[in-house]
Amino acid sequence: MKINIITLVLVVGTAILSGCSSTDKKSGLLEGDLNREGNALATEGLDASGDFDMNRLGAEFSDPANPLSKRTIYFMHDSSQIQQEFIPIIAAHAQYLLSHPGQKVILEGHTDELGSREYNIALGEQRAKAVFRMMKVQGVSGNQLEIVSYGEEKPVAEGMDLASLQLNRRVEIAYRVQ
Amino acid sequence: MYLFKKILFISFAIFFVSLAQAELTIEITKGDETAVPIAVVPFGWQGAAAQAPVDLSAVVKADLTRSGLFKTLLERDMLTKPTEADKVRFRNWQALGQEYLLIGQVNEIADQYQVRFQLFDVYKRERLQGYQLMVAKHELRRTAHHISDLVYEKLTGKPGVFSSRIAYVTTTKDQASKKKRYKLLIADADGFNPRSIASSREPLMSPAWSPDGKKIAYVSFESKRSAIYIQTLASGKRIKVSSYKGINGAPAFSPDGTRLALTLSKDGSPDIYVLNLSNKLLLRVTKSYAIDTEPTWSPDGKTIVYTSNRGGKPQLYTIPSQGGVAKRLTFEGDYNARGQFSSDGKSIAMVHANRGDYRIAVMDIATHTVNVLTAGKYDESPSFSGNGDMVLYASKRGRKSVLSAVSVDGRMQQSFTFDSGDVREPAWSP
Repeated sequence: MKINIITLVLVVGTAILSGCSSTDKKSGLLEGDLNREGNALATEGLDASGDFDMNRLGAEFSDPANPLSKRTIYFMHDSSQIQQEFIPIIAAHAQYLLSHPGQKVILEGHTDELGSREYNIALGEQRAKAVFRMMKVQGVSGNQLEIVSYGEEKPVAEGMDLASLQLNRRVEIAYRVQ
Repeated sequence: MYLFKKILFISFAIFFVSLAQAELTIEITKGDETAVPIAVVPFGWQGAAAQAPVDLSAVVKADLTRSGLFKTLLERDMLTKPTEADKVRFRNWQALGQEYLLIGQVNEIADQYQVRFQLFDVYKRERLQGYQLMVAKHELRRTAHHISDLVYEKLTGKPGVFSSRIAYVTTTKDQASKKKRYKLLIADADGFNPRSIASSREPLMSPAWSPDGKKIAYVSFESKRSAIYIQTLASGKRIKVSSYKGINGAPAFSPDGTRLALTLSKDGSPDIYVLNLSNKLLLRVTKSYAIDTEPTWSPDGKTIVYTSNRGGKPQLYTIPSQGGVAKRLTFEGDYNARGQFSSDGKSIAMVHANRGDYRIAVMDIATHTVNVLTAGKYDESPSFSGNGDMVLYASKRGRKSVLSAVSVDGRMQQSFTFDSGDVREPAWSP
């Protein structure tokens, strides 16, 4: 089954375009002398386009009664331990992946905005790995699972109140478009 | 006539978009009452235009005030405004309570400017410093910062950092699409001349200067996973130096610029590695089941200090940069992270938390004394100025992320606000 590879499009100012040359085969990303210092016009670029389209998945994913409709696992502060209430949700996604071996998911680790940023990148990865391990234990192939940590770089709630901090401490199970 | 020392300014090959607007506004939030009074007289001007394109004395005044060590005399309080030494009447300045006096003159000569300035000790009635500089037309503002550096060094004995630059990351939200844009920018130390060096819809993080100030290493998620790039500022050319599976983070150039310390999780949990930039060989420095990240080099290159949670909570540890035995460095407080060495290697700035208040602290390495500099409660990313006098850091004001700076003695504090969106992860150039 072919994964839809998201191509990266670079929009580069014409003054700089002449300098662009090679293409990195792995990422499909143009490498060139974009973003030259002092040239404010030439800094639009590096954009990954396209979000994951939930509409292409089955109806069970939008049925609030179905655990598959929940795709966010929440954590305690500075912890990557999975809390009891989220085990059934992870199990439901693991079951789905077992019965759909071609389906891949990305486990995106996130943290609250407290503390230092690179430490939070590491913490986010530990959270994603905790979900990864629980799915593997249930038989999901490692090939179906990918991990990325964004740390505190992509908060869903922007405030620093306790509720917002709690909402940001999470792993998102992101289904990849087939 | 005085004999002026002559300095030749080397033109930096920077493609200037001559927009001297400040995107960052700096305000002093806590001043030092022991600041030394200095009068900076408006510089004289001789040229085709009615006035000089850059008000040098205003820039110098702002620089000196920002350092917290000086307070400058208001122009309207000046009795005279001399631009040459023979017009200076020291009694006038003594009467105004001034300890030092700076005067100057800018002359347009063909396609260059001749800038002259002189610094006087008002009580001793003597000249401390006199320079004459020839500068390219687009470098007038830079010249003003250079004058500030020279004056600062003369009066404090420490090099000034007014000519330095800061790198920082901003996020802005597109009103129509509601999508975030991450930008990595570089600005002069006073917030002027901001220029974007990278821009992405995915996170940009952790800018780190090369020791020669010519390159910046940073983390980009532009391909939806992390990678570390090194970008040359003058040319804009960049190379991808690390894109392993998992985390590629926390780049830090070694003091000699030949190696890059970084965090990778390709072998399991995040560990510190050192990448030799010429032969691309990778040395694993730490090996633990815990999180090890945020490396910073001692100035002699022999030691790396990093954050580890091997003891349960994040604390700073030290390890030889060639690998070896790790030793815990911090014991005070329940969270110590993101250490950064001062350039003399005697202290480390860090994020220090106690019961949920995240503050910037500086630890004296010899005595292990921890001095908390800020009031929190969401302070992060400390970065020393090149002379070690100030620490720049990120904090929150309401929901907005802002940059602030504090003097190491804690007496002076200033805040940098960004016109739109959030600003964070400041890195002060060497």
